[in-house]
Amino acid sequence: MTEVQGVSVHLQACAKTFPDGTRALEAVSLDVARGETMVFLGPSGCGKTTTLRIIAGLERPDAGGRVLFDGEDVTHLPIERRKVGMVFQSYALFPNMSVAENIGYSLKIRGIDRAERAARVAELMALTGIGGLENRSIDQLSGGQRQRVALARAVAMRPRVLLLDEPLTALDASLRERLRAELNRLLRSLGITAVYVTHDQAEAMALGDRIVVMRSGAIAQIGTPREIYFEPANRFVAEFVGAANILEAEAGEGFLALRGGRLPIGGSAKAVKGNVVAMVRPEAVTFVAPEGALLTGRVETVSFIGDRLRCTVVGVSERPLSIDAPNTISVSPGDQVGLSIDPDAVRLFPKESA
Amino acid sequence: MMKTRILFGLQLVFTLLVAAFLIVPALLSMVAGVTVNYFRGIRSGVTLDWIGQVWTLYADTIGRSFEVALATLLVTLLIGIPAAYALHRRGGRFSRVVEEIITLPIAIPGLATALALILTYGGFGDFRRSWLFILAGHVIFTLPFMVRAVMAVFATIDVKTLDESAASLGASPWRRFRDVIVPNAKPGVLAGALMVVTLSLGEFNLTWMLHTPLTKTLPVGLADSYASMRLEIASAYTLIFFVMIIPLLVAMQMIGDSTRLMTGRKS
Ligand SMILES: Nc1ncnc2c1ncn2[C@@H]1O[C@H](COP(=O)(O)OP(=O)(O)OP(=O)(O)O)[C@@H](O)[C@H]1O
Ligand SMILES: [Mg+2]
Repeated sequence: MTEVQGVSVHLQACAKTFPDGTRALEAVSLDVARGETMVFLGPSGCGKTTTLRIIAGLERPDAGGRVLFDGEDVTHLPIERRKVGMVFQSYALFPNMSVAENIGYSLKIRGIDRAERAARVAELMALTGIGGLENRSIDQLSGGQRQRVALARAVAMRPRVLLLDEPLTALDASLRERLRAELNRLLRSLGITAVYVTHDQAEAMALGDRIVVMRSGAIAQIGTPREIYFEPANRFVAEFVGAANILEAEAGEGFLALRGGRLPIGGSAKAVKGNVVAMVRPEAVTFVAPEGALLTGRVETVSFIGDRLRCTVVGVSERPLSIDAPNTISVSPGDQVGLSIDPDAVRLFPKESA
Repeated sequence: MMKTRILFGLQLVFTLLVAAFLIVPALLSMVAGVTVNYFRGIRSGVTLDWIGQVWTLYADTIGRSFEVALATLLVTLLIGIPAAYALHRRGGRFSRVVEEIITLPIAIPGLATALALILTYGGFGDFRRSWLFILAGHVIFTLPFMVRAVMAVFATIDVKTLDESAASLGASPWRRFRDVIVPNAKPGVLAGALMVVTLSLGEFNLTWMLHTPLTKTLPVGLADSYASMRLEIASAYTLIFFVMIIPLLVAMQMIGDSTRLMTGRKS
């Protein structure tokens, strides 16, 4: 990894109410460390883009909100003076300029002379793998090439923070996967502070040093991909990120009392009593012999999805339990099965956090 | 099969008839301009004398018409592009009302507009007597065409995001306008420009009311010659007007086609 570039970003109580009265964002506070890639993840309309635009300077937060870059208050700086790089979902490349002119535009604005500009543009084009396209016009580029031009253009002047709003959403699935890996490599090698908006959880996991999960204008959880996945703060995060079995049950004595038997719970959860909501990931459940198993049920469906089997088992809890099993075992619908769940993989939420 | 062919034939004949109905008078008029004696017909001989006479009598009106047209173009560019951008960016009811208001001079008779101008500014003698008075009338009349042509292009491209991305790259509002907004509005600007020049060159109603004997434009001179000169001179005058205006119309058509191609490819 090269030296870390860019600034830390601090949002302080940034709320946003649009002129038409739409409350897009509750007062949100968060920190993005220098060189960190922070991903904003959440369903459509939860305020991801609005937050990104506040960091960019394209929206002003409501009174009381502040945006700080490395401690410097930039709340009232317009975007053109914030020195941020931005990749728009539609890329917003300039149709009246060639590829090289697009990439070099920010350098031209800063009065960098032609030779130096050309050198930097060439370097960026090599870095993003679009060498040789400098004189193409924008409408002669494929979607993937446009994405790379947009990225090269955004990082050309070494921005203090790179902001990306669903940069891969416009591409088809296989290209998206490839570009995601490329983007990841690029973000790491630039060592730049980046804020990345997506509603695709796989993208969030793959790219984020940390993830901010948002829900209706507020932060539901901030954490590393592992924390978000294994220790979701509430039911919303658990269900939004990855697949989750939600169990509503009575807890006591280190067990959850389920319809299909008793489910041991571990760690700090042991002390909990009363009505709880618990979460178990499908891959944390394993099939065991029904004899002597603590939990039993009946297989309802089995679908082979290549790398694994996705099964549902009824009779364990109120709702059918989803289970991801290795693709080597053989189960079929109707089988009576025993289930074993690692106590540490059971996560409890307070009931009210629906 | 047979039926469609007959239908096609009928349509063709109809189209040709309509075209002939419109074109024949124009052709006759132009031919008259180079005929020695119109009443004796083309057999009397072909001559460029009439054209020569028109030139000596009315060269100043031709020059003035071009002057006014170019000045009108300049003013409508300077006002029209920023206005179109502002209206597009602002949107909403306010913009629509403004758009309607600037479009009004197309709908109301030129004579009425001219009268209003004379009532309001007639007292400013120097202004009233100069060609700038005619310029003012032409700008009022042609501005909506420029504004609408440019706005039509803005409606097909995402100018807001283009502007934001230029801003994120460090460009000031003026640079964004110059480097990104105007170049991408080019098809509309071109179409609007040709429209403005063509309309200004041919404008009669307004100009007739606004002109003074010293500020005649070509169409006003044309009316003059119809009223007071030999038919051949008036026709030669028409011929000159055609020669000037046809290339503009052709160019307009070509630009129309190319922008349609461009926007067609985008959608
Ligand atoms: N300019 C605006 N005026 C009024 N309301 C707006 C404006 N921009 C966004 N909103 C509203 O604010 C809320 C948050 O929008 P935002 O674009 O931030 O969502 P998002 O999380 O980016 O969603 P998506 O995944 O669909 O892009 C939405 O309800 C949206 O309708
Ligand atoms: Mg969005």
